[in-house]
Amino acid sequence: MGGLIEDFGPVWGFWAGVGQILLIMIYLLLSLAFLLLFDRKVWAAVQLRKGPNVVGPFGLLQSFADFLKFVLKEIVIPAGANKTVFILAPLLTFTLAFASWAVIPFANGVVIADLNVGILYLFAISSLGVYGIIMGGWASNSKYPFLGGLRSAAQMVSYEVSIGFILITVLLLVGSLNITQIVENQRAGVWAWHAFAWPTIFIMFPMFVMFFISALAETNRPPFDLPEAESELVAGYQVEYSSTPYLLFMIGEYLNITLMCAMLNILFLGGWHLPWGPVDNPVLGFIVFAVKMWAMFFMFAMVKAFVPRYRYDQLMRLGWKIFLPTSLVAVAIAAGYVTYVGRPVIGG
Amino acid sequence: MSRILQAAKGAMMLDMVGGFGLALKYFFKRKATVNYPFEKGPLSPRFRGEHALRRYANGEERCIACKLCEAICPAQCIVIEAEPREDGSRRTTRYDIDMTKCIYCGYCQEACPVDAIVEGPNFEFATETREELFYDKERLLANGDRWEREIARNLEIDAPYR
Repeated sequence: MGGLIEDFGPVWGFWAGVGQILLIMIYLLLSLAFLLLFDRKVWAAVQLRKGPNVVGPFGLLQSFADFLKFVLKEIVIPAGANKTVFILAPLLTFTLAFASWAVIPFANGVVIADLNVGILYLFAISSLGVYGIIMGGWASNSKYPFLGGLRSAAQMVSYEVSIGFILITVLLLVGSLNITQIVENQRAGVWAWHAFAWPTIFIMFPMFVMFFISALAETNRPPFDLPEAESELVAGYQVEYSSTPYLLFMIGEYLNITLMCAMLNILFLGGWHLPWGPVDNPVLGFIVFAVKMWAMFFMFAMVKAFVPRYRYDQLMRLGWKIFLPTSLVAVAIAAGYVTYVGRPVIGG
Repeated sequence: MSRILQAAKGAMMLDMVGGFGLALKYFFKRKATVNYPFEKGPLSPRFRGEHALRRYANGEERCIACKLCEAICPAQCIVIEAEPREDGSRRTTRYDIDMTKCIYCGYCQEACPVDAIVEGPNFEFATETREELFYDKERLLANGDRWEREIARNLEIDAPYR
């Protein structure tokens, strides 16, 4: 979608860009509404419940009812809170969550900014995400949010390290930081997807699983939801938040989860390409991408349903003593492979 | 050796795969949810719900103001006043139950010699104010008229076990 200014001139090109951004935002928010419901439905189904089924057919409109409820409620700001930072924190989370989607291609060519350093940009933005949480936790001037904020800061920093190394293994094998390039490298079919490509499957499939688990920790999802562990911290950094600020936190959180699904999809599961061959049609590619993302989100929801929460020391042990060395070794192996055997040519 | 085995098992995440399989099995199972206002669970014929004062088939009220229920009530929520009617039969002039005090033990219906006071199958009598739960004789008799069919059926089903 680049080159709008060249195509339409400075004024119309600018507005066309704004229109694209709005379109993607609306698409994301709408899919988020149904993903939220899907999450609750999957969770309910595993627990032999039916889940929300009153608002609209099969409860499909539940998220919209929740949205109305959040928006119409009163915003309560604690007397001791730092007002500016308290309001800024959810806004930051919300904005950053949307900002990272600028470089995510939904299909061949359907991307707002096709950056050459797309992965770097993504990594930078998702690292900033921790600020929203720690600011929210700190500005609340309350015990539980404070503890939740501290926990999440340590947790997100720990798992970002292994996520970084896993990204490097992919980048070494592809030889590019451009996200479209990474997807195009897997266009041949399921045997070219980074998670399953021969012979790199021996390091890349474990990396795929580790990225999934790190993504759970990075987005504070169960079983790593210590920052908002309701049995100990009530709701962690969100305790003092109500109404629209809470909604912004919620949207930011779920957008980050979907972003992680998209990352898994792009890095390991062939993006918008079908398992049996490449897809160049943007519409079909868009649908394939969405289906794969929903499948990944289903895994996220299922993990929430059947894995008990980790203890904090277990979480830190997993991050620093297992994931970090393993991903470091994987980086060394991938680098050695690229140097001595050559970059695997798996693109079609 | 066992530690190495354990580490290998952990690395292959066999327990995760097993857990996922189990969760998937439950995912497709029949759901246990009862869609409450539209579906209701089964009730025993002995269910002790909202109170009712019953009448005979000819419309005469059963209660003879013996005050056994008032005496046995552990929560002391029943208040009865009585005097002879014009035809000389003994009847209540006042029969109040404070439903906020009642503990639904069912002693009143056990004590009643004429099956006048019973606890019916109705459990949906929530009100918006406390005052609405102070039942008087009129309200209890109305309950009896309304639930007579269900109450009679439950008494009949339960009769062999008494």
